[in-house]
Amino acid sequence: MIKATIDGKDIEVNEGTTILEAARTLGISIPTLCHHPKLTPIGGCRLCIVEIKGLPRPVTSCTTPVTYGMEITTSSPLISDLRKSMLDLILSDHPLDCPACIRGGDCKLQDIAFMYGEKENRFPGERRVYTRVDVNPFISRDMEKCILCGRCVKVCSEVQGVGAIDIAYKGFESKICPPYEKPLDCEFCGQCVSVCPTGALAGKMWIRKDKSRDEKRVDTVCPYCGTGCHITLHIQDNKVIRVTSKEDTWNEGWLCVKGRFGYKFINSPDRLKKPLIKRDGQFQEVSWEEAYDYVAKKLNDIKAEYGAEAIGGLSSARCTNEENYAFQKMIRAAVGTNNVDHCARL
Amino acid sequence: MTNSIEEIEGMEVIFIIGSNTKETHPVIANRMIKAYRNGAKIIVADPRNVPMTRFADTVLHLKPGTDIALINGIAHVIIKEGLENKSFIEEKTEGFEEWKKLLEEYTPEYVEKITGVSKEDIIKAARLYSSSQKAGLFYTMGITQHTCGTNNVAAVANLVTLTGNIGRESTGVNPLRGQNNVQGASDAACLPNVLPGYQKLDNPDVIAKFEKAWGVSLSTKAGLTATQMIPAALDGKIKALYIMGENPVITDPNTHHTVDSLKKLAFLVVQDIFLTETAKLADVVLPSTCFAEKEGTFSNTARKVQRVRKAVEPPGEARNDLSIIMEMSRRLGYVMDYKSPEDVLIEFGQVWPNLAGITYKRIEKAGLHWPCPDKDHPGTPYLYKAGFPVGKIRFSGITYTPPAEVTDNEYPFILTTGRNLYQYHSGTMSRRVPAIEAHAGEPYVEICAEDGRKLQINNGDILAVTSRRGTIRLKARITSKVTEGTVFIPMHYSEAAANVITNDALDPKTKIPEYKVCAVKIEK
Ligand code: SF4
Ligand code: SF4
Ligand code: FES
Repeated sequence: MIKATIDGKDIEVNEGTTILEAARTLGISIPTLCHHPKLTPIGGCRLCIVEIKGLPRPVTSCTTPVTYGMEITTSSPLISDLRKSMLDLILSDHPLDCPACIRGGDCKLQDIAFMYGEKENRFPGERRVYTRVDVNPFISRDMEKCILCGRCVKVCSEVQGVGAIDIAYKGFESKICPPYEKPLDCEFCGQCVSVCPTGALAGKMWIRKDKSRDEKRVDTVCPYCGTGCHITLHIQDNKVIRVTSKEDTWNEGWLCVKGRFGYKFINSPDRLKKPLIKRDGQFQEVSWEEAYDYVAKKLNDIKAEYGAEAIGGLSSARCTNEENYAFQKMIRAAVGTNNVDHCARL
Repeated sequence: MTNSIEEIEGMEVIFIIGSNTKETHPVIANRMIKAYRNGAKIIVADPRNVPMTRFADTVLHLKPGTDIALINGIAHVIIKEGLENKSFIEEKTEGFEEWKKLLEEYTPEYVEKITGVSKEDIIKAARLYSSSQKAGLFYTMGITQHTCGTNNVAAVANLVTLTGNIGRESTGVNPLRGQNNVQGASDAACLPNVLPGYQKLDNPDVIAKFEKAWGVSLSTKAGLTATQMIPAALDGKIKALYIMGENPVITDPNTHHTVDSLKKLAFLVVQDIFLTETAKLADVVLPSTCFAEKEGTFSNTARKVQRVRKAVEPPGEARNDLSIIMEMSRRLGYVMDYKSPEDVLIEFGQVWPNLAGITYKRIEKAGLHWPCPDKDHPGTPYLYKAGFPVGKIRFSGITYTPPAEVTDNEYPFILTTGRNLYQYHSGTMSRRVPAIEAHAGEPYVEICAEDGRKLQINNGDILAVTSRRGTIRLKARITSKVTEGTVFIPMHYSEAAANVITNDALDPKTKIPEYKVCAVKIEK
């Protein structure tokens, strides 16, 4: 164990613990933009700087491990000033259209700017201008809003193992893009979207949604593969308008393209809305009462004539445990046969 | 899975055989990549260059359908080099000596000839898999969708048993189930030969227990599997089918045969959220609800029971499946009296102790892995900590048999089918997502560059792919994902349904069709 003090408070931590992690266990908050708890440290934004007694310059707390006897100060007029300048630099190159931004109200940059009372731009001048070229239907990349924190690059290579994007060029020209600035061609998992602290990366299908109205959020499970990721449905006007996943779920907030972007079938106009009975080769809409009667009569007649073994039931791996249990019980207890299966084999 | 998904990150060796994990279980692949970053070594055995090979230490490109030869070959090397887990074999298994004899012929040289995998790689994989006390083995349909599927699974089990790589944290054998609730549908006994919780129909105590719980007398005669019901419909033995949320026209092998069979039925009811290819053939269609419109639970591939919650109202007059089933059952003469979905889960726990400790309240925030026998039980992330329910595990003498259909001059390519990353199963849901359709809305056949050159095929050419059962037309996609002599078609597209041409030969035990191997020819 390593002993040190942070803002005068004693702390003991395991070797390798960063100053940022140590401070957070003490409940001391240090502003960060590029740091992400599930990614290796980046050390790019420099907002997390702290002073260490005996060192001439502040260090980034997200990359510096605590060493024995360190005396750490997380806030001082100097640090405040430096953080403000850093923030000014970032904001000087960022469109200030927060009210119209998809992330307005839910943006790390906005939060920190508010915290440091940023009102106007101290470094007016040329801003980067990019044209958006992406043709993919999933991810919108508004690189003018990118603050080059590098989280998306990290998540794509470390977590997703894809490496579709990287920081290209230097200085003012720096930007995050696929090789040769080609259109994004990747797994479209949207992990990068989920870690972007600003409005630079967003899902195309939710970008133009009116976010002023209250959304309801409901935690549930992805309907696609057997992995069973936790998802959160965002609801507006009885419609799912976006899917996210929380960081503290067993799947750590990671999803795939189907789970994150594959929700529009729910509100598809093709959804069946009324029971149908086929008469003379044509489907006719009927009431539930009529449909129930018709099915029950047919099945009862077939059972009377040919026996229960002439009837079979196929249930679904997409239905719940409760529905599957009830379904097989109906086939076994009401119809009287074990002719019941689902598609596990297929 | 005998392990939980969370445990993957603690594995030192990951052996993936017949599973395109990165595309079919992407977030499980994320966990494997996490293990890889922690230093885990990965072995991938697959006829295709699946994306996980990028992280593999050893890649075994076996010919489709030769899994048993490969696995037996690996076991042969382990025994020859004395790398087996001797104390585990001694204490927990039986039949080792006979099995060992049977393996003698599976020398690396012999196995190389059958599988096309070099003997060096076979030896490397054997050493790697047996070297670790934290080794997880993973497989999917690439193992089960064969006429020898049952034997494939048994061969895998032999290998796991030989190394004792089971029954510990981050160590086990992990079949990955394809669809979100296959696990739950199986647990609930939507299966013809067992009652809920895999309790056997031929056990009089079991029957007595269920007859008492349900207040009805039950048939003890095993029923037909899905893949048997379809032909039985054609023969006139099955007169009526009630299909809830399934689309066999697309998912069953040999589509033409499936359609003919369903048409032959006297009565077909389909309960679904869309007018699927199967629903179109129905006499009655009942509109039901999707996952976002109902309360309940799903069990993932790792036996984790998780809460599904209602977020939106269903469209029109669509009703939730549970209420439809209850009403239908009443009219068929059996009353179910559940006040809520949770009542059903509670009853399920009463007849099957593995779920007895799970309530909606306990899984409010996070799910629980069954077995969870009482209300204080924390759930069971990995199985067999305390030994095996059968007592000792028996090595089963499994030998290699070639696939039901092999290539010849007329049909020189091996077709294997499966899923891609974007679409899902029969496409009922994913093909109605405009963004997914825009990106991956077209059927295609994957063929490697060498074969493409030989047949003078360019990317995007329309090809006719023909088997003994039919022809489909679709675009060529030249790719390094498949190896010479093999082509791949994703199963999702009804306009070029792979199952028009797949073989409906079944595994004799599980009745799983041989989707992973059939012989085809390719013409421009
Ligand atoms: S969507 Fe996924 S694969 Fe594509 S760039 Fe983002 S993180 Fe990488
Ligand atoms: S998000 Fe992707 S990996 Fe997770 S359950 Fe859904 S389909 Fe499977
Ligand atoms: S958070 Fe430490 S440098 Fe960005």
